[in-house]
Amino acid sequence: MALSGVEIFKLLPKTNCKKCGQPTCLAFAMKLAQRQATLDLCPDVSEEAKQKLGEASAPPVRPITLGAGDKATKMGEETVLFRHDKKFVNPCIFALEVKDTLSEAEITALCDQVVSSEMDRVGQKLRIDGIMLSNASGDAAKLETAAKTVAAKAAAVAVIINTTNPQAAETAVKLFAGKKPLVFGANASNLEAMATVAKNNKAALGISAAGLEELSVLTEKAKGFGVEDLVLDSGAQTAKAIIENNTLIRRAAIKKNFKPLGYPVISFAQRGDSLLEALVASVCIAKYSSIVVLSSIEKWKNLALFTLRQNIYTDPQVPMQVEQKIYNIGDPKPDSPLFVTTNFSLTYFIVSGEIENSKASCRLAVMDSEGLSVLTAWAAGKFTAGKIAQFIIDSGIEKEVANKELIIPGYVAILSGSLEEKLPGWKITVGPREANAIPAFLKSRA
Amino acid sequence: MAYTAPKETYPGKVYSVTIGTGDRAATLGGENVLPFHSFEGETPNRPLVAFEIQDVPPADWPENIRKVFAGVSDDPVTWAKYCQNELKAKAIALRLVGTHPDRENRSAEDAAKTVRDVLAAINVPLIILGSNHAEKDSVILVAVAEAAKDKNCIIGKAQEANYKTIAAAAMANNHKLVAMSELDINLSKQLNILITQMGFEKERVITDPMCSALGYGLEYTYSVMERIRLAALTQNDQTMQQPLLADVGMYVWKVKETQASESDLPQWGSAEERGILWEAETATALMIAGAELLIMRHPKAAAAVESVIEELV
Repeated sequence: MALSGVEIFKLLPKTNCKKCGQPTCLAFAMKLAQRQATLDLCPDVSEEAKQKLGEASAPPVRPITLGAGDKATKMGEETVLFRHDKKFVNPCIFALEVKDTLSEAEITALCDQVVSSEMDRVGQKLRIDGIMLSNASGDAAKLETAAKTVAAKAAAVAVIINTTNPQAAETAVKLFAGKKPLVFGANASNLEAMATVAKNNKAALGISAAGLEELSVLTEKAKGFGVEDLVLDSGAQTAKAIIENNTLIRRAAIKKNFKPLGYPVISFAQRGDSLLEALVASVCIAKYSSIVVLSSIEKWKNLALFTLRQNIYTDPQVPMQVEQKIYNIGDPKPDSPLFVTTNFSLTYFIVSGEIENSKASCRLAVMDSEGLSVLTAWAAGKFTAGKIAQFIIDSGIEKEVANKELIIPGYVAILSGSLEEKLPGWKITVGPREANAIPAFLKSRA
Repeated sequence: MAYTAPKETYPGKVYSVTIGTGDRAATLGGENVLPFHSFEGETPNRPLVAFEIQDVPPADWPENIRKVFAGVSDDPVTWAKYCQNELKAKAIALRLVGTHPDRENRSAEDAAKTVRDVLAAINVPLIILGSNHAEKDSVILVAVAEAAKDKNCIIGKAQEANYKTIAAAAMANNHKLVAMSELDINLSKQLNILITQMGFEKERVITDPMCSALGYGLEYTYSVMERIRLAALTQNDQTMQQPLLADVGMYVWKVKETQASESDLPQWGSAEERGILWEAETATALMIAGAELLIMRHPKAAAAVESVIEELV
C-alpha cells in the first residue's frame, strides 16, 4: 500500500537539512508521497527507512517494458483508478494484429503501416507501438516465416508472439532476442512450457484464463517458474466484460494490494467493423488496458485513438502546453492581423480554431505562460505588459508586419496602456473576451 | 492469498428521469453503480442518444455533416420526421439557434410555432434548447415551455444568469430542465442547489457540466463527469444525482479534425470517417465517464454509439 506523506515523514531523519532540495523533511515527504521525488535525494536516510519505503513504493501494477531502443514502451506502474486523482502513468500500447496466414507481401505492407504510423500532436510523437503476430495457421513453420518478415520490416517495433504452442513460440521469439518481446499464449494447460520459453528468451509472458480467480492462480505459478514480467488476459471479450474485469483487476491491485493481479492487462478490440473497433478500443483506453490489440490501423482511426489516449493520460495537474512561438494561420501577409495569447493548449486550440473559422489569414503569437489560460496567467503575473512586450520584441515579428498592431485578449484590456508604453510605435488593440467572437471581430475590421 | 472480487456498493443512486409521453417515453439514469458496472449493481437504463436538429437550416454546420441532411434540413418538421422515421431516433433535440440576436433573431412566437409543429409531427421525446444567449433564452424558453405544455420535454439550458425564469417556466408546464455550468463540479452543484431552492424538484433536473470535443478539452469534461458521478454514488450527494448530458455534436463538428479535407491533410486519412469517429468516440468516452443523454448529429456516429452500447450492457 502506498504510504501517506505523514507516514513517510515519520521515517525520515527530520533534520530539515535541505540537501534534498526541499525546505523541510515534511515537504520532502509530501513530494515522495506524490512520486515527485525519489528517496536517494536524502543523504541521511536510514537503512530501515529505505527498506520500508522501498516496499511501500513498489508500484501496485508491475512496470514492464516491451521492445528496445528509443521506441521501447513501458506499461504498468499505475497508482489510481480515476485520472482526476493522479496522472495515469504509462499510456497504453496499440498493437496491430498480423496473422501468419497472410502472404509475405501482405505482412510487409502491414509492417510498413505500423512503421509509418507516427503523428505529431501538441508536441508529442504518437504511434502504433506494436505488432501482435498471431499463429492463426496453427503451423509453427508459418509463424517462423512470418516472424522473420516482421523482424526485418518492423525492426524497432515491440512484438507480441501470439500462439499457445510452446515450440512455435520458441522458434519465433528467438528472432526478437534483446528486444523484449511478449510471448502471449500461456494458459492452464501449457503454463510451464510457455514460462520456460519466456524465461529462456528474456521475454514477457502473457497469461490467459477464464476469469480472474484462475488468472491469479496462474500468475503465481508463473512466478514460481521464474517469470515475473507478466501480462494479463482475463478472457474478457465484450466491452462490458472488459470494463468489469479491468476494473476488478485495477481495484484488486491498487486498493487491496493483491499482487497476483498487479500486472498490465491486454485487451482485444478487433471487430468486423472498424468504427465499432475504434469505440471498443476507446473503452479499453479509458478503462485500464495496457495493450489494445487492433485489426486495422487506418490513419483516421489512429488519429482519434492517439488523441483519446493523450487526453486520458494527460496529467490533470499540469496543463497541456504548446510551444511558444508565432503561429501562422492561413497565409498571412505583412498587413494581416497579429493576435497574442497564452500557451495553454486549450486556449491555443480554441483561438486558432476560431481564427481558422473566420477564414482570415492571421498571425497568432503564443506566449509561454506555463500553460495557464489568459485570465489565470494574468492573475499569476505570467501574462503581464512587461512580459508580453519582451516576447514580442524578442520574436522579431516587427520586421515581418506592415502595421505594428497587436491584438490582445479582451480579458486583459487593462494591459493596453502599459503595453503601448513598453512597445513604442505599436498600436495595441483590445480584441474580444471570448474566442468565439473572433470571427465577428475580424469581419468588423475587414 | 486467494482472490475475492473487490466489488463495491454505494449509498447513492442516480435519479431515474422519464421524458416524453406515451409508448415512446424514455427513461434515463436509475443506476446505483458507475457507468456500465452491471456486475455490481443496477443499471436499468441505457444511455439515450438524441438527434440534433435546428429551427433554421444548418448553414453554420460544416459541409461534412450538413450534406447528410440535405433535402430535409430546410424545415425542422421534415428534419424531425426524417430523424424519427428514417434514422429511428429515440429522441430529438431541437436547438433554436435561429433565435440568437446575432443570427436570424427569430421571435418567441416563431420559436413556439416551430416547437408546436415539431411536437405534432413526432412521438419520441423532445429536448428543446435555446441559442445559448442567456438573455434571449430566458424569453424564448419561457414561450416554448408553454407551447409544449405537458409534453414532458427537456427544456434548456438554464444557466446561472437566467435559471430563474427558465426553471419557473419548466416547472409550470411540467417539463424537465437542463442545468448547465462551465466545467466545474462546484459550479454545477451550486446551480442545482439554486434551482431546487426555487421549489423545482431535484428529480427533474438534467446536469450539463459542459461538453468538450476529443482533443479539445475532452479530459476536463470526462473528469468533471466522473467526479460528479462519484459524488452521487459514494457521498450520496443529492445535488449530484441528476443524469448527465453530453451535448456532443455541436462541440465536435467545429473542430479541425472534423472539417479538414484529406487533400489538405493526407496524414489524417479519410475526412468522412474521421468526422464520424470523432463524434462517436467523444460520445463513447463521455458515456464511460457518466453521460446518460447524448445529443449527436451524424447518423453513422449515432449508430456506432448504439452498437457499442449494445456491447456494453
